[in-house]
Amino acid sequence: MQYLISVVHDSAGLATPSEMAAIDAFNDDRLIADGHWVFAGGLAAPSTATVVDNRGGEALFTDGPFVETKEFIIGFWIIEAADLDVALGLAAEGSTACNRKVEVRPFL
Amino acid sequence: MNGVDARAAITQVHHEEWARVVASLVSRFGDLDIAEEAAAEAFATAVERWPADGVPPNPGAWVTTTAIRKAIDRIRRENKRVVKHKEAQMGYDPPDPIDPPEPLGTIDDQRLRLIFICCHPALAIQARVALTLRMVGGLTVPEIARAFLVQEPAMGRRITRAKEKIAAARVPFRVPSAADLPARVAGVLAVLYLIFNEGYLATGPHTDPVRLDLTAEAIRLTRLVLALVPEDGEVAGLLALMLLTEARRTARVSASGELIALDEQDRGAWDVALIAEGHRLVRGRLAAAAAGVAPGRYQILAAINAVHTSAPHVRDTDWTQIVALYDQLVRLDPSPVIALNRAVAVAELDGPAVALAAVDRLEETLAGYHAYHATRAELLRHLGRSHQSRSAYDRAIELAGNIAETAFLTRRRDQLG
Repeated sequence: MQYLISVVHDSAGLATPSEMAAIDAFNDDRLIADGHWVFAGGLAAPSTATVVDNRGGEALFTDGPFVETKEFIIGFWIIEAADLDVALGLAAEGSTACNRKVEVRPFL
Repeated sequence: MNGVDARAAITQVHHEEWARVVASLVSRFGDLDIAEEAAAEAFATAVERWPADGVPPNPGAWVTTTAIRKAIDRIRRENKRVVKHKEAQMGYDPPDPIDPPEPLGTIDDQRLRLIFICCHPALAIQARVALTLRMVGGLTVPEIARAFLVQEPAMGRRITRAKEKIAAARVPFRVPSAADLPARVAGVLAVLYLIFNEGYLATGPHTDPVRLDLTAEAIRLTRLVLALVPEDGEVAGLLALMLLTEARRTARVSASGELIALDEQDRGAWDVALIAEGHRLVRGRLAAAAAGVAPGRYQILAAINAVHTSAPHVRDTDWTQIVALYDQLVRLDPSPVIALNRAVAVAELDGPAVALAAVDRLEETLAGYHAYHATRAELLRHLGRSHQSRSAYDRAIELAGNIAETAFLTRRRDQLG
């Protein structure tokens, strides 16, 4: 069973060096060491996003995120976990490591 | 066997066996929806058959076996492959209809797991309450909807959404790890206390002031949790708190439907058996506290209620001990509502002026809470400040949701000179 852990960004500024170090330690010592690691990554600011809509036959490109919000996704983990309790435990550790709140969502 | 006896037997079996049947089906099929529906169908079959065929020798086993057959029928009827796929995803063993029934210890464990699923912290609190009453308590959706003054379809959707999240996010059907257990038991108790309180002080102008079905159900479920997790002192504390509160139920509302305050209640009408059981539980926790186990908030609240119910007359109340218990509670839970209740006890010990000063400090956080204004009104009355007392009653009446309480407050206000 896989879960997406989205990192919710609600303040200005990217991860600090100490946050980056904590995230690396969490990735290596916990997720990879215990076999939960699938994938993870950080994202650039929403202002760098481009919306693409090609449902009409002609691709339409629009600048900016598809929805403007104060909070946005700044990074994510995809983890392998036996059940939601395991996923929530890992998410709690991840939230401490990256110093932000996170959202856990199961894959179908 | 006549139809009346069969019906009474079905009611009793439903009461005693519903949670066991559902839990055993969830364990077998890994799906709350299938378990709930099959259990309901099995009881419906009992209603059809038992009046004619007689009550089977082991009614609980009959219902479980019938429910398992209904579940297998449904799985066959619907796409079997889909269900199997889901089971593989959820990590449950595939159902085997010829599995022998589980030994008793396992079944208790299954009921506990069912309670932990229903009270999972990933679900909204209203969903936890509804799901617990449906899956563990066996109340129907219309009954739960009525109890919480929610439209039936809305309550149905609330329960369905919760079941879907449990399946999709794979909330596990197991007892939480030792590290998580105290917090998860606390979560279960919060749900049970919420059910009890909604029954005890029902809100809404068209409900009975005391909803006996909800208080009784909350007590029944708390007894079950105590039997399953006897080592957690807070469970015994919550049960004692409920029993000592429930013991005063008949004395608490007058014949005309008006709330009667603790100091005006006919203590002879209190239920001595419930009080004795509550006191026994509190003594057990006091012994544990003496041995060095720090009591939690339910145990302290139960102890406060034990002091009240130990006094044959209101003038015999040991207010020093009550204030000391509130001090202990404030250290544990510095919430303004606890501080408000402490002030009521302080009034008895140190007089209304000291208490009023303490209550007034809570205005900022409690201005929208009816009990804040009701407490101020009573204290102002004792201080002879009738005019201010009257406007505090007015505000309390505006904010109170319970009809017995509104009637009480109106009478107290109109008694002012």
